[in-house]
Parts: sequence; C-alpha cells; structure tokens
Amino acid sequence: MNFLPDLFDLAMHVLLLLAMPPLLLGVINKTKAWFGGRVGPPLLQPYYDLAKLMRKDVVLSATTTWMFLAGPVVTLAAVVLAGLLVPLGRFDAPICFNGDLILFAYLFALGRFFTTAAALDTGSSFEGMGASREVTFACLAEPALFLAFLVLVKYSGALSLTRMLHAPMAHELSTLPFAPLILVGAGLFIVLLAENCRIPVDDPNTHLELTMIHEVMVLDHSGPLLGLVLYGAAIKLFVLSAVLLHVIAPFTTDLAVAAWPLFAFEMLALAAVIGVVESVMARLQMRHVPTLLVSASLLCGFGFLLMLR
Amino acid sequence: MSLWLILTALGLMAISGLPGALLARASPAGQWTAAVLNVCASILGGVGAFAQLLGFDEPQAIHASWALPNGRFAVGVDALSALFLLPMLLVSALGSIFGLAYWKQSEHLRTGGRLRLSWGILTAGMMLVVLARDSIVFLMAWEIMALAGFFLVATEDAKPEVRRAAFVYLVATHVGTLCLFAFFGLLRFASGTFDIWPATLGEAPSWLAGALFITGVIGFGLKAGLMPLHVWLPGAHANAPSHVSALLSGVLLKAGIYGIVRVAGLLPDPPSWWGATLLIAGSASGILGIAYAVAQHDFKRLLAYSSIENMGIIAMGIGLAMLGRTAGHPEWVVLGLTGSLLHVLNHSLFKPLLFFAAGSILHAAHTREIDSLGGLAKTMPRTFAAFVVGAIAICGLPPLNGFASEILIYAGLLRTAAGGGGSEQWVWAALAAVALAAIGALAVGCFVKLLGAVFAGAPRSPRAEHARDPGAAMLAPLACLALFCAVIGVAPAAAAGVVASAVAAWDPAAHAASDSLEALLPLSAIAAIEALLLGACLAAGLAIYRWRRIRSWIRVPTWDCGYLRTSARMQYSGSSFGQALTLLFGWALLPRRRVIAFEGPFPRPASFASEIPDAVLDRGLLPLCARGARLMARARKLQRGPVQVYLVYVLGALLALLLFSEW
Repeated sequence: MNFLPDLFDLAMHVLLLLAMPPLLLGVINKTKAWFGGRVGPPLLQPYYDLAKLMRKDVVLSATTTWMFLAGPVVTLAAVVLAGLLVPLGRFDAPICFNGDLILFAYLFALGRFFTTAAALDTGSSFEGMGASREVTFACLAEPALFLAFLVLVKYSGALSLTRMLHAPMAHELSTLPFAPLILVGAGLFIVLLAENCRIPVDDPNTHLELTMIHEVMVLDHSGPLLGLVLYGAAIKLFVLSAVLLHVIAPFTTDLAVAAWPLFAFEMLALAAVIGVVESVMARLQMRHVPTLLVSASLLCGFGFLLMLR
Repeated sequence: MSLWLILTALGLMAISGLPGALLARASPAGQWTAAVLNVCASILGGVGAFAQLLGFDEPQAIHASWALPNGRFAVGVDALSALFLLPMLLVSALGSIFGLAYWKQSEHLRTGGRLRLSWGILTAGMMLVVLARDSIVFLMAWEIMALAGFFLVATEDAKPEVRRAAFVYLVATHVGTLCLFAFFGLLRFASGTFDIWPATLGEAPSWLAGALFITGVIGFGLKAGLMPLHVWLPGAHANAPSHVSALLSGVLLKAGIYGIVRVAGLLPDPPSWWGATLLIAGSASGILGIAYAVAQHDFKRLLAYSSIENMGIIAMGIGLAMLGRTAGHPEWVVLGLTGSLLHVLNHSLFKPLLFFAAGSILHAAHTREIDSLGGLAKTMPRTFAAFVVGAIAICGLPPLNGFASEILIYAGLLRTAAGGGGSEQWVWAALAAVALAAIGALAVGCFVKLLGAVFAGAPRSPRAEHARDPGAAMLAPLACLALFCAVIGVAPAAAAGVVASAVAAWDPAAHAASDSLEALLPLSAIAAIEALLLGACLAAGLAIYRWRRIRSWIRVPTWDCGYLRTSARMQYSGSSFGQALTLLFGWALLPRRRVIAFEGPFPRPASFASEIPDAVLDRGLLPLCARGARLMARARKLQRGPVQVYLVYVLGALLALLLFSEW
C-alpha cells in the first residue's frame, strides 16, 4: 500500500528536478531587479528563453568536433543524474546507496570535464580562459565540498546522501550541533555560489568576456545547444541548493500535504537570498576568488575540527 | 599446473628478443618473431594467472637446490602474485605489437634488436620478481629487471638527454636496491630464513620491525616513484620510446607497489604509524604529482608525473588497509586494498593507453611539445577517441574504470570517518579523503589541458597540421585498452571479484571477517547508474545526430569578438590554461621564469619563457651531487693510472685486513 505514495513522491522529485530550476533563476533575477528599483523580466522569463532557444538554428564553429556537441549533452545528463541522488526536503532520493555522495561529486566533475573540453574545442582564447578558471576554482571548491560532506558523514554515520542529509532533520532541534552546521552551511553556500558562477565569483550578466567564467565558456554554443547548457546550469543550481537546504534549514513538517510545498517554498526563499547576495555585493577581482574559496574550505575545516571532540 | 604455465610464459618472454638478435639486421622477421612469442607467452601466462585468481588452482611453489652459497631456487604463485602478473603480460604483449609499427626494424637498424632483447628480459625479470619466494632469487630478479629497464630507457643513447635520464634511473634504482639489501638482510635477521612471502617476523622487537618497514618502503618506493623518491621517473618516461614508457609506467612501477603491498603485510598488527605514513606519503605524492603534471610543457613528462599521482592513490589505499589492520576494522582492509589493487589494474590499462596515444602523436607530429600541437582531433580522430577514453578513465570519472577503484578507496576513507570510533586514526583517513578530492579536481584540470592543447582548436604548427592517424598495428593496442577500460567501468563488480582473491591472499582473516564488498559499497548499483548515464548520453547524441540531418548546421569561424584576423598561434595554449593552477601551487613547484619586458619608448623585443624544474632532482639532488663531486675531486690524486700503483693499494689493503683479523 505504501507503493503509491512512493510513486507520487518519485514523480514529484523528477518533476521538480526537471521543471523548477529555471524558476529559481527567475526569482534571482526578479530579486535583483527589485533591489535595483526595476520591474525586471517576468518570473517565467528563463522558460521563455529556453523555449526560444530550442526553436533556433545552430551556428557551429568550423574548428569544432564532436566534443563540442558532447559538452552540453553529457553535462546535462550528469547533473540530472546527480539530481536523482539528492533527497529533496524530507523525501528520500530516488537513487540511494552507500557511497553515492562520491558519485554525486564525480558526476559534477564529469560535467566539468566535458564543458571545459567543449570550450577548448573552439580554439578561442576567451573560451580557453573561462575553462582554465573553471578547473582552477574547482580544485579549491572540491576539497571544501568534501570537507563539508565529511562533517555530515561524521555527524550522521552514514555514507549515502539521503541518510546523511536527513540526519539534521531527524534530530531534535535543540540537540543539533549548531556550530559545525553553521560553519558547514556557510562553506557550502560559497561552494554553491562558485560552482554556479554567481556573484561574487562570477557575474552572469557582465558584458566583458574577459571577466567571465561560465558564460565565456559557452560563447560559441548557440540555439538548442545553448539551451541545453543554460538548462543544465539551472539544474546544477537547483541540485546544490537542495543539498544546502538540508544543512541550513533542517525543518520538516508532519503534515504530508504540506511537505512538498514547504520544500518548494524553501527553494524559492534560498533563490531570493542568492538574489539579495548578488544585489548587495560586487563581483570579486578574479585574483581574489581563490581566497574566497579557500575560506570556504577553512569554514568547513573548522566545522570538521569541532566534530573531532 | 598454473605455475608451470606461468614459468613457461616467463621463459618464452625471456627469449622473445633472441631470434631477432641472431637474424640479419635489416630483416623484419626478428621483430615479428618477438611479437608472436610475446603474445603467445602472454596468453599462456594469462591462463595461469586467471586460474589462480579465479580459484581453479591452489597456490603453488617450487623449491630446488642451487649451486650458490645459501642458495635455493624457490618460486611460487598465489593470487596476489597472479594479480600483478596480469598487467605485465598484457602490456608487454600489446607493447610489442605497438612496436611493430612504432619502432620498425627497418627504421631503427641499430637499436631495434637491443630494444626487443631488453624488452623480453625486462618482462621476464618482472615476472620473476612477483614469483620469487626466496630473498636471493628476489634480489637477482630485481636486478635483472632494473638493468633491462636501464637498457630500454637508454635505447636512443645518441641523445645526451636520454643518456642523462638513463643515468639518473640507474643511480636511483641502485639506491633502491641498496635499501632492499638492507631490508632482506634485516628480514633474514628477524625471521632466520631467506624464505619470503609470507615472511614471518616472529617476535621481532619494534625497532627491527620499524627498520624493516622504512627500508622496505624506501627501497620499493623508489621503484614505484612515490614523492620525493620519484627523481628518476619523469626523465626516464619522457626520454624512452613511447611503448617503453607504457611498459615502465604501466608495469615497472607496479613492481614497486607489489613490494610495498608485501611489506605492508609483514605484521598482522602493524603499529598505526605505518598506515598513517603511507596515507600521508600517498596524499603528498598524489597532490604534488598531479600539480607537477599540470605545469609540464612536454606531454610525456606530463603523463609521467601523472603516474606519480596514481601511485600516490594506490599507496593511500594500502595505508588505509594497514590502518584497518591496526584498528581491527576488516572492512577498511577490504575496501582499501580492493580499491588499491583494482587501481593497479586500472592504471596499467589507461596509462599505457595514454602513452600509446602519445606515441602515435609523436610518430605523426615529431614533437613532444604540447604547445606546438593542436587540432589533432580532426586529423587523428581515432587516436583522439582512444585518448578521450583514457583521459576520462585516469581522472577517475564515471562511467569508466578509474572511478570504480577510486570510489572504493573513497568509501573506505569515508567509512573510517563515519564509524571510526575507538581509534584516533580516522582523522588521517578523513583528511586523505579531502586530498583525494583535490587530486581528482586537479586531474580534471590536467587532462583537459592536455586534451585541449593537443587535440582541440586549430593546429599551431605545420607538423600538427600534417599529422595523421597511425596504422592498424598502433591503433589495435589503443582500441584493446580502451575496451578494457570500458568493460571494467561498466562491470566493476566482476573486476572487484577478481581482485578479491588477492585481498584474501593478503589478509585472509580480514577477508573472512568483513562484510561482503557488495554490502559495503554496492558496485552493481553503481554499474547500473553508469549504464544509465551512458545510455542517456548515447540516446541524446543519437537524437542530435538525427536532428542534424533535419536542420542544416551553419559552419562559421569561431567567435572572435569582432577581431577578424585571428591566427592559430593566438589560441589559448596549454601553458596559459595551466598557468592559474601553476600559480596556485607556486609554493611547491617553484617555476623558473625568464622575462624580458617592454621598457622605454623604443623597447627591445620582449620574451617570456617558463619551466618547472623538478624540486627534488633539479633543485636538490643534482646541485648536491655536483658539490659532492667537486669535493671528491681531491681524492682523485689517489688515482694515478699505472697498474703498479693499484697493486700497491691492493697489497696494502690485504695486509691491513690480515693484521686486522689477526688482531
């Protein structure tokens, strides 16, 4: 009898994973517009953009090979698969096994491999520059992510994302180890901003190719290929936000009907927070980004230190 | 039965180059004979090794008396030996096929015969190393292996840099051998016998056990190339012919790892610093190895440094297994050692694959300089496809084999963090997991750099423009290795099952006490997810391909921001790509830069050059040795030349000895 609700949750998981990510971008943009005193694009603008891109023709650089096409495709497949490993709200992830957190991190790495390889495939200096920054910053973000996971693994005693991320939720609020969780939450938030190329690491709206990371890597992608890239990036934002929510907002509700809306609301609120951060901060100079990422590792490292007791 | 098969294979390997040495120099028959003998030996030996690994045959040993003092010829095979035999046989056979086209006898009249003779002897020597069950036999096999390796590295001895690399190798390997003499001497002292594997220490005092561990790890670590003992490795790999580099990196380093695994198994309850030492040394090797790799300008040196990284990962797995033994956690032993040994197998698939691909490029473009290549994806599409497989595998990315072994080690390291109560060792393991994450991210940067600079974009030189895919003899080994990478990638459980018997041979108690591997880490679930990933990518690719027929793609030049006269030399080079990472590790790499900047109103032409000297060899050992040599020059006065002087020395020394023994 338990099967049907499970099926419903599974369907909800897949539906939210595939349909909700562009909405987060819409919320971020709306927040930024509100801070700037503008009306801003409609909330659903990212969906319109994707629909428009999908109907367009493709312009391909003559220098490129199959690697250029594989880039967006593999990246999208990898992040969707990573999304299936992450529990959303209080619901279990569709795929859950011991050690899935390693697969989770390495799926992002696979996406990064193909995105950067596709960028280099064009032979453009700008894209090479973006790819170089992407892999460099990842070398600092990856240890931070694993340190954060270590704290959660130590806290929960579990090696699967579902059980590990549900651990803070399962305990009484007063018994939570607040200090490590806050440190890890802050570290993960920086990782989230860096991995998704948001301000202060990267500015998705900047006009100068020289200063970009993610946007400059996909300069030569056009039409549906660009659509796949943008959609994949939105899903990545969604997935990492879902991970972060477990650490910074381990709330749950006993009311079965309210659980999914609560999760969706939390996600939108987090998107609004990202929008606020983007509005009140300027993009860091490129040479200061490593410092920020190292501080993310340090935050998680101090969290780890607290777990040693 | 299996031992006899393997010994026959060993004999065939040893003589495989002999017919060629007796035939006329210009005749290709010798080369073909060597390849055929090599393949036959591999098949024979492979059957024997698999019979051991799959449990069709009991572990065996042969003892025979020998006309040497204290001598006894003892060889044997168990699952652990059999596991290390597999890469030797495979890479040796594939390399001899690759050599048919890469090192054609007709083009290398002078060196071809010698190369094949040493090739067979090296393979046979390595096989004898893992089969030896007596210290003396082991050391002899070790020395045969080391010397054959020297002749292989020195193949192109007309070039000064090759001679230098070969000399550094020779010195390093003999320092290692010296440590091994100490190791086996101490072992004889502790156990009272020359029998080895399993060597029982009995009630050895702790200083003796510690000394054994240190001499063993240094001696074998010099061969495995763990930092900072890696000094010979980059030069030898870069300057040897590419199929020799494949054999060195894919197999010879594993002889060192084999030794470390045996040393690690000396004590049933090792002190905790043993495991921690290997974990730390492995992490340092991994991070620094791959950081050096990113900074290289020569693609074979890059691959060589990446081998150091992989040996580091393997050492981490062994260290974890030892910690598990100390702390009484059999599941750490199983996860760590299975991951480690599987990585040994995997590395002997993808690294030779990459070196063979490097050989194809070198053969076609005649340069090892990364930044003068480019655009090879279009002119060498088959090599490119194989290279992509190798690059994904070596970065440890799903769905290929590198991921299978790395996830096992990760799972072991994280499990210590999750349930490591009772022992404080888990902190080392936890930090090693973070190091492994950094290694993974750096590896992606390193191999994207190599792939991007060599294969992507437009050719940077006429050499790169006119490079073409090689013939079947060079492509077949590439395809074969790529296939193996994919098979282990999608069926990791089967590969782990083969490795399991070697783990059982290393520590039967832990193997029996631990939960099954499937319960610790569901490899079959991972395989299913990876199959899903592959399927999704293939389906999407197919969809795009079909859709390509429907809509016309417009081909234009790469977007150049409005600048119309871009040239291939303006592309982002490999050095530019790696610069940010090199800066990040500037504290360890200490790059040397020569900059002539623009100055004044009428500036001279400016220039910029950078190189990454090896910190240990070029900044440490070579200056030290040069200083030592200057000091020793004073002793040269004793070397006068006439034989009579030396006879006086001999007489004096003998007299002194005689007096000393009487007194």
